[in-house]
Amino acid sequence: MTRTQAPRSSPSRTSPSHLLPTEEPLALLRPDGTPVEGSPLVMPADDVLVELYRRMVVGRRFDTQATALTRQGRLAVYPSSRGQEACEIAPVLALRPDDWLFPTYRDSVALVSRGIDPAQTLTLLQGGWHLGYDPYEHRVGPQCTPLATNTLHAVGFAHAARLKGEDTAALVLLGDGATSEGDTHEALNFAGVWQAPVVFLVQNNGYAISVPLDKQTAAPTLAHKGIGYGVPSVLVDGNDAAAVYAVVRDALRTGGPTLIEALTYRIEAHTNADDATRYRTSDEVAAWLARDPVDRLSAYLTARGLLDERTKDDVAREAETFAAAVRAALNVDVEPDPADLFEHVYATMPAHLRAQAEFLREESA
Amino acid sequence: MTVSMAGALNKALADALDADPTVLVFGEDVGPLGGVFRVTDGLAARFGDRRVFDTPLAESGIVGTAIGMAMNGLRPVVEMQFDAFAYPAFEQITSHLAKLRNRTRGAVSLPVVIRVPYGGGIGGVEHHCDSSEAYYTHTPGLRVVTPGTPDDAYRLLRAAIDSPDPVIFLEPKRRYWSKGPLTDESLAFDRAVVRRPGADVTLIAYGPMVATALETAEAAEEEGWDVEVVDLRSLAPFDDDTVCASVVKTGRAVVVHEASGFGGYGAEVVARVTERCFHHLHAPVLRVTGFDIPYPPPKLEEFHLPGVDRILDTIGRLQWDDEVVAARRG
Ligand SMILES: Cc1ncc(C[n+]2csc(CCOP(=O)(O)OP(=O)(O)O)c2C)c(N)n1
Repeated sequence: MTRTQAPRSSPSRTSPSHLLPTEEPLALLRPDGTPVEGSPLVMPADDVLVELYRRMVVGRRFDTQATALTRQGRLAVYPSSRGQEACEIAPVLALRPDDWLFPTYRDSVALVSRGIDPAQTLTLLQGGWHLGYDPYEHRVGPQCTPLATNTLHAVGFAHAARLKGEDTAALVLLGDGATSEGDTHEALNFAGVWQAPVVFLVQNNGYAISVPLDKQTAAPTLAHKGIGYGVPSVLVDGNDAAAVYAVVRDALRTGGPTLIEALTYRIEAHTNADDATRYRTSDEVAAWLARDPVDRLSAYLTARGLLDERTKDDVAREAETFAAAVRAALNVDVEPDPADLFEHVYATMPAHLRAQAEFLREESA
Repeated sequence: MTVSMAGALNKALADALDADPTVLVFGEDVGPLGGVFRVTDGLAARFGDRRVFDTPLAESGIVGTAIGMAMNGLRPVVEMQFDAFAYPAFEQITSHLAKLRNRTRGAVSLPVVIRVPYGGGIGGVEHHCDSSEAYYTHTPGLRVVTPGTPDDAYRLLRAAIDSPDPVIFLEPKRRYWSKGPLTDESLAFDRAVVRRPGADVTLIAYGPMVATALETAEAAEEEGWDVEVVDLRSLAPFDDDTVCASVVKTGRAVVVHEASGFGGYGAEVVARVTERCFHHLHAPVLRVTGFDIPYPPPKLEEFHLPGVDRILDTIGRLQWDDEVVAARRG
């Protein structure tokens, strides 16, 4: 283990103001796509913006395809992230090649955008196995179902990188509900004490299943939670892909921890099994549809002359091709091998599992 | 060389830190203080605060970050200060530490050791004396081991740190100060050991009860019983072969542990012995365990913990033939 890079010493304990988020969420684009004047954020390069657009369109098409596959019984469950594309795509694009992503169950679109084969992304939800991809191949931790536990894995991972003298940061995705779990607090505290290079991106989509934010916290914003841990915090418009990209990119390069709260909304229900009309109004959904992240970026790029009808058509076609491939890959009956049950419980199979595997083999012969 | 069990554990940590630069030791008060039981004494001074360090006071945080570090190529050895204070980390242990290899089809290997000083007999107040082994042994994916002697403590801990699987390393805290020789013997990681040979009955014990079982065997000898003592060492995986060979030989068995009996680890041992050795048994396999109560306050713990007399009484209830008893007692 090399020890080239010493951890940064603890942040100043005297002036907490630099830890606090701005009053208003940071943004680069207004909901209608016009630029925000005087934003402290630096607008990403044109090619990055076009790439964000392209990936968001493909990601959304993937999401609707997965939802459809659930209705056809091909997936056991699917938590949609429609409406949250800016939070799913922009952070992934902001990652440097060596950085790691620690996602949750809702972040399939982020995984697809990271380059993971869609069928592998959906293995968990399809029920064939708990995970379909190799974390080391893609530098993506396993999608985490228990809430907030991935925050600690990200902190440990990033701290280990630091101890090994590697310039690797970790980005962990979590929801607003997950910020109430003890692990989030322990993770923020560890990250602050160790000054670990971790970015916590809270996708505040307003609800934890049915529970609204005002029943989740009394804090003015979730970003305010950083100050208690000495972790600088950012409040960003989570439907503004340009702004999310800018804040995540900057945070990944500070060498220390950052807490980002991105204000967004999930357009669909929590999962296909949920009835969202029980806890929110159609007016509310309509108001958020008017803040759509894809339309917003599209309007900006079109006004800037960076997106014409032909490119839009190309992207739309690419999305359709992608969806067709997802459909084809998922429209097959999975027949997992029962012998898999006993593999990989331990590094080498102990005697009692060998015996149980043999028993099952004979039983199913 | 004669050492205390705490000294043997300390030496195991030092030797492991020396041998492998990816080994880290961290937890609450394990740095300059050397741990509340001094098991990590001197390690921070010798290996520096990047290898041996104090963390914030948060057990889930300790285990959860250890998981992330192990994913990134390090070998964390973490300390839970006392048995019952590991419970805040339970989710990280059961949902992630134990399962990540399986969930990822072997892609993620987590060579993490969680050291837990466990069990009673030290006059501790509430939450300082739990025997928590059944929670861990019930969780597939974890290896659960516990040493009965200083020599085993050294060798088991070295093996645990080398293991590619996560290990719950239960340290019988009332035996920290008991002394014994350090040998050069090698130790198979998942094997029980016959601590004392005998012909009449097998006493199956582990961790803190190994010494009590040996004491019982000595006392039994005076009464004419020839007691064999098996020290399980590895609670999971379970070494059926060593245990059953002994029970087949003696035909009688008693399982001893401090933890409550109901749903306890002893029930598993009894079931396995009964399933495998039924035709060799001359009597039902009996258990001597703590009562089914929360761990009692210090002034009552002697009534709860199995001791020599209770174990001897139980041996006496193993349906002995009168002639055998007469012959044994000369
Ligand atoms: C530890 C834990 N408790 C409960 C659940 C059940 N559960 C799944 S999703 C969810 C709501 C999560 O809300 P939030 O963190 O806001 O994320 P979102 O689903 O909105 O992305 C709950 C309660 C869980 N997965 N993990």
